[in-house]
Amino acid sequence: MEVERKDGRGANQLRPMDHSRNVLNRAHGSANCSHGGTRVLAAVFGPKAGTKKNENPEKACIEVVWKPKTGQIGKPEKEFEMILKRTLQNICILTVNPNTTTSIIVQVVHDDGSLLPCAIHAACAALVDAGIPLKYLAVAISCCLTDSGQILLDPDKLEEQKMKAFVCLAFPCSVHSVLPEGSATAGGEPVAHGLITSLTQGVMTVDDYFRCLAQGRAAITPLSNILKKKLQSQSANNQSIAG
Amino acid sequence: MAATGGPNDLSSEMELDAFRRLFPLRFHERHLTESIRPDGRPLGKARETTLALGAVASAHGSALAKIGCTTMLAAIKMEVMTPTVETPDEGGIAIDFHMPPICSPLVRPGRPAELAPVISKQLSDTILSSGMIDLKELCLVSGKAAWMAYLDIYCLDADGALFDAALLSAVAAFSHLQIPVVSLNDDGRVVLVSEDNTVAMKEKEPVNKERIKLTLNNIPFSLTCVLHKNYILADPTSEEESIMETFLTVVLDSSFQLVSLNKPGGPGLAHTSAIQDCIKLTRQRVKELQKILNEAISDMEVD
Repeated sequence: MEVERKDGRGANQLRPMDHSRNVLNRAHGSANCSHGGTRVLAAVFGPKAGTKKNENPEKACIEVVWKPKTGQIGKPEKEFEMILKRTLQNICILTVNPNTTTSIIVQVVHDDGSLLPCAIHAACAALVDAGIPLKYLAVAISCCLTDSGQILLDPDKLEEQKMKAFVCLAFPCSVHSVLPEGSATAGGEPVAHGLITSLTQGVMTVDDYFRCLAQGRAAITPLSNILKKKLQSQSANNQSIAG
Repeated sequence: MAATGGPNDLSSEMELDAFRRLFPLRFHERHLTESIRPDGRPLGKARETTLALGAVASAHGSALAKIGCTTMLAAIKMEVMTPTVETPDEGGIAIDFHMPPICSPLVRPGRPAELAPVISKQLSDTILSSGMIDLKELCLVSGKAAWMAYLDIYCLDADGALFDAALLSAVAAFSHLQIPVVSLNDDGRVVLVSEDNTVAMKEKEPVNKERIKLTLNNIPFSLTCVLHKNYILADPTSEEESIMETFLTVVLDSSFQLVSLNKPGGPGLAHTSAIQDCIKLTRQRVKELQKILNEAISDMEVD
């Protein structure tokens, strides 16, 4: 049974994505990312000397500042800050710049659902733009479970509010890697199948969660290819300008 | 401890405490290879859990939960409010989680702990989305008056698995909650009826006849697991959390539906098999916690 979506998309169809890097002049790295109507601007400053209090000085420290579109920072923003910080800790190589702090400022320009995945993509692109060493890119996707048990990918705001349950997942992007061959699998599964971040809301069965996980995983391969292509084409452009 | 390890294994040459402080990760990994943890627990076992209902006499419902050393005090205060226009026959729940400086050396006075608002948000998401409480039960007069439940949870000792202990204390406080008797006064406003003027209560006919308890269905319980390499450590202490930084919190309700599966990043990745194992551990833990909660409730009724 197919659920009709307001904007005429199929259940597995994502909204058009767009990325652009180096959009801010003063920041060390910046990126603009949009998924349909959702739009996030991210800026990276650093690495700056010294870590914050209570952080391990033997590793690089990551600081995330989440700015909502309007109003003051509340509990949801604090939660997003924490999740984004820990997600970025996963993808950054923290031992290269010990005892430094890298700040990532995320400004929500417009929220039309699936905000966290968009913010993760923007933050990743900004880190790439700033030249911060990364293990891999993070690719994120959110999905919704309808009352009839169907899974819709990349929901917009209205769909998010109507749905029974909501899952947001982040995976590592498959790497053509500098890592030696063979380290790309862990426990019989490829690294790209490991979960960096999972956030769920609403009651569902355990099986439904694993269905969402499988669906999300299937969607990230094309998504990561788009992401990489965007980043590559822009760096080629930049080089030609520089040259 | 068996004498294993390579040539650079210092554990046999050093004092134990020094080894623990200097090489915390190796100290723990050494334990993990023996399938035991520094406090003597097997990997999948949670710490001893105790629950005391009615810890705060002045609150309408309260509970003190301890998981190992982690201690949470939850108290609920009921107040009458006007319901919103969109939901005229529903009450409300406001949840706040506090981490005072007493709970951990990492929290400084004057500066709120970073973790507190995050746990607070997770708790309200979990409790409200689990459908444990039917908000319609909190209605007094449709469109005019409804209950607002202010749930405050204080962390007295933060020794890991804060969310689990906080959720347990919150759930226990709700099961201890007795809604006070109210009546309409001459101005048509809802007022609390104090226990000693039962005569007045008869005259004015209370809105709700007697102190009632909420019916709780699908009570959520949670378990936090630390993932480190291929090991899964249930219910970590704060030391384990600070050394092995990847954790995953599973919340299941009493009918084993998934309420939340939260893995906020961290250096490690969670593979499907690890997630399945965590869910399995949580199922066992839900049964344990349910038993502990039922025992606490029946102890309360005997008193």
